[in-house]
Amino acid sequence: MILLWMIVILMAGGLLAWLSKKLHPVLPRWIALFAVSADFAIALYLWLGTPAASLGASPWLMQMEVPWVPQWGVNFILALDGLSLLMLLLTFFIGILAVLISWREIKVKTGFFHFNLLWVLAGITGVFLTMDLFLFYFFWEVMLIPMYFLIGVWGHANRNYAAYKFFIFTQASGLLMLLAILGLYFIHGSQTGNYTFNYFELLGTELAPEEARFLMFGFLAAFLVKLPVVPFHSWLPDAHSEAPTAGSVILAGLLLKTGAYGLLRFVLPLFPTATVEFAPWAMLLGVVGIIYGAILAYSQTDLKRLVAYTSVSHMGFVILGVFAFNQWALQGVVMQMIAHGLSTGALFIIAGFLYERLHTRDIGQMGGFWSKAPKMGVIAMVFVMASLGLPGLGNFIAEFLTLVGSWQANNWLTVFATIGVVLATAYSLRIMRKVFYEPAPSDHPLPDLNAREMLIAVPMVVVILWLGLYPQPILDTAQPSINQQLQAYQEPEVEKEKVAVVEVPEAKLRIEEVKK
Amino acid sequence: MSQTDFLHLMPLLILTVAALVNMLVIAAWRNHKIIYVITAVSFVAAFLSLFELRGITAYAIDPLFVIDGFGVFYIGLILATALLISMLSYAYFEQREEQKEEYYILLILSTLGACTLVISTHFASLFLGLEVLSVALYSLISYLRTRERSDEAGIKYLILAAFSSAFLLFGMALVYFSVGTMTFAGIATAMSGLQELPLLLLTGFGMMIIGIGFKLSVVPFHMWTPDVYEGAPAPVTAFIATVSKAGVLGIMIRFFLEVDGFRYPTLITIFTIVAISSMIAGNLLALMQKNVKRILAYSSISHLGYLLVAFLAGNQMGVEAITFYLVAYFITTVGAFGVVAMLSDKERDAELLEDYRGLLWRRPWTATAFTAMLLSLAGIPLTAGFVGKFYILAAGVSTQLWLLVAMLVLNSVIGLYYYIKVIAVMFQQPETEAETPKKRLRPSIYLASVGTLVVLTLLLLIVGVYPAALVEIIQNVFATAPEMVAR
Repeated sequence: MILLWMIVILMAGGLLAWLSKKLHPVLPRWIALFAVSADFAIALYLWLGTPAASLGASPWLMQMEVPWVPQWGVNFILALDGLSLLMLLLTFFIGILAVLISWREIKVKTGFFHFNLLWVLAGITGVFLTMDLFLFYFFWEVMLIPMYFLIGVWGHANRNYAAYKFFIFTQASGLLMLLAILGLYFIHGSQTGNYTFNYFELLGTELAPEEARFLMFGFLAAFLVKLPVVPFHSWLPDAHSEAPTAGSVILAGLLLKTGAYGLLRFVLPLFPTATVEFAPWAMLLGVVGIIYGAILAYSQTDLKRLVAYTSVSHMGFVILGVFAFNQWALQGVVMQMIAHGLSTGALFIIAGFLYERLHTRDIGQMGGFWSKAPKMGVIAMVFVMASLGLPGLGNFIAEFLTLVGSWQANNWLTVFATIGVVLATAYSLRIMRKVFYEPAPSDHPLPDLNAREMLIAVPMVVVILWLGLYPQPILDTAQPSINQQLQAYQEPEVEKEKVAVVEVPEAKLRIEEVKK
Repeated sequence: MSQTDFLHLMPLLILTVAALVNMLVIAAWRNHKIIYVITAVSFVAAFLSLFELRGITAYAIDPLFVIDGFGVFYIGLILATALLISMLSYAYFEQREEQKEEYYILLILSTLGACTLVISTHFASLFLGLEVLSVALYSLISYLRTRERSDEAGIKYLILAAFSSAFLLFGMALVYFSVGTMTFAGIATAMSGLQELPLLLLTGFGMMIIGIGFKLSVVPFHMWTPDVYEGAPAPVTAFIATVSKAGVLGIMIRFFLEVDGFRYPTLITIFTIVAISSMIAGNLLALMQKNVKRILAYSSISHLGYLLVAFLAGNQMGVEAITFYLVAYFITTVGAFGVVAMLSDKERDAELLEDYRGLLWRRPWTATAFTAMLLSLAGIPLTAGFVGKFYILAAGVSTQLWLLVAMLVLNSVIGLYYYIKVIAVMFQQPETEAETPKKRLRPSIYLASVGTLVVLTLLLLIVGVYPAALVEIIQNVFATAPEMVAR
């Protein structure tokens, strides 16, 4: 029930925020802040309340199921495991930041803005929680519309084009996924006579190789576009650079993660044979994305566009890791989702701070800010270092684990992926040099960060440091659900890998294997 | 005819009487409000009389009619839609100088025609219903006769509809010639032994498809649609887009299931081509329009294409999907044209995209309702349109119509583009300060329109979020009409 509350709070908060604009202009901001904080508190409570050891037997912490459209076998199923929990924590953390950074930036239609903001978050929460494929598609689409409005109404100059492109890309790919969902539904129904969209029941569906391939491509279409993977990435730079800061942060920090989450949750366990066939190609796409994104990031002059291309590069690691099918890599993917959400979100926030002061995103017109705004400089330095993968910060752990995992799956591609890390150093340092060190082209005054902005930036620094120095709690929480996703890929070498302490499910699996 | 026959035909009789009463009242005392109230009351009464027929198992009035669950549901749908349209018409016609009262008579008559259609089981009653529907529509379309476009639309519709009726009649004659009966059941028996359609019968069916296709405005019989949609008054456009199509679609489903037309590959091929070309042509042509009414016209062509996908599924799920989609589509279409009607002024309808620029800033609630309608047409979740489209996709996938389903998906994406275009225009911030608001009627007159729009928007969301109730009703309807879904 508490799972439902998380979604309800956001949706109700959104409606309230919209209506409360009439009463007082600041009210929507407070309502939004309160709603997201409440959800963050719930998620935190759930996380602290469940020590990692208790995750052992079943990866599922809690579950609720209510019939929704019984005639079609659609149930309102929400379920929480370690992976979802981590994603929710990230969602609400970034959600709070998104509300805070909009405090001064958004001046028109604030009620409607916060409505959209909260509904995007509600959609994302739903995507991370639901275990019914119909409902999954439902939430998948629910997060698009408000995002479209966020970009289209409050974005920068070229917002209409960007919003269109974003919407049509994601909608088209989503419809292909819907077809695949329906295909799976009918195949499962005709085999068992039980027509249902329930994820847990669909897991065991026997598919002919041909069917599995087609259905997998349906799902992949949606997730690869969302992730995004080169060559389906062209919506991303436009959407990211034209969106308001809060929109960019949510896009980069959360929306991209839904694609990665979908790969982990649905593609891996549902199509164990088809994915193995496709794996070399997927990893190749990942490596192409890493290098291509990095090269394009290096050549951008628009700060937000630059950061957007770094996302393309970083998300290459995600797909590389997912299709390595081992625990190292998947742990790396989960870490990458969280660390990238924070570090890229932070970079967009800094770009937002700069835009607010200078009214430009062109890095040619920036420079010399290190002396003018030292606090901002330090914060930016931390996240630029995180983005290039400096040890001690979260992204390092993520990339390291991913590369270790993918090495076991494919040596050559991993070598090329590692070259991408070097390129990341190049473009990251270019940000620092251009914006903060080079002599200033103009004498525009640049006030340093104020208290509100520090309140946003400091927690992010703390979290990214924590992720880099002591990632164990995250790894422990993710472990059982990663095992679950990999169940269908049990290979002998899994036994050797002990990333985390939890061993119960592995032991159980071995027993089950013997039984077979 | 016995007394029970009359009881079963009560909704139709109520409408007939209402039309007569309206005529007499106009002769005695011309008053817009009174006529309007009589019309609304009679629609409500006819709708309520349907509850007497709940759970009915096919009651035949040989040889013309059969009243079964399917018929009752479609009559209910038609009556509810007609009621909503008449609610929207009041404010629209109140601000115009023409004589307004006859409009309601025509509205009732064409509704009567549509209701007759969906319970017909005989060519004679089919044709009768179709003509009552069409003849009333001719004058409805050109009702605002001082407008140039209205005349043009009326004449265009008159000529083409007469032409298509001729085709339909000729087709019926050929069918009658080859099977020797005009009742659907008789035709079905005569055809039951046939594995292949003889040429004469095929020609007959082909000509009937032309006649029906014209009414449904599917490609290649769609040429009239944009002009008529543009020229007709906004509430009448809503009527053409919904009620007249429901009537024709209802009879088509009934006839096709009865004679089991899905056995014949030739017919399936024809319908497949029509469905695909309707989806593609409708959507592509809509992309280039700058007139909201024309956009909606072309979008209705493509939506009929979507419906044909479910029709071609040819199983119970397909018929359910059509019915569900119709309900969703009617809510949406009436709502969309309701907004158009509400924004229209004395001289012209609010039909240009320019009229909608910055609407969110000028009239936020209207813009929100219109956005919801457009998103529903595009099939976005939380709206009824999404569930409808999902139902159709499911029906298509269940019978493995992969080509059609793929075309549907492709076209949904194309369609998205122009729906979003309208939404984007509404959300544009106005460059200048809002000009002085136009002189408007007393707010109380808009009460009916606003109330209707609120109801429609809520319905849209309810059906979109909790479709189980409607699905159950529809499934029950078809459960009580077993011979309809024998397949």
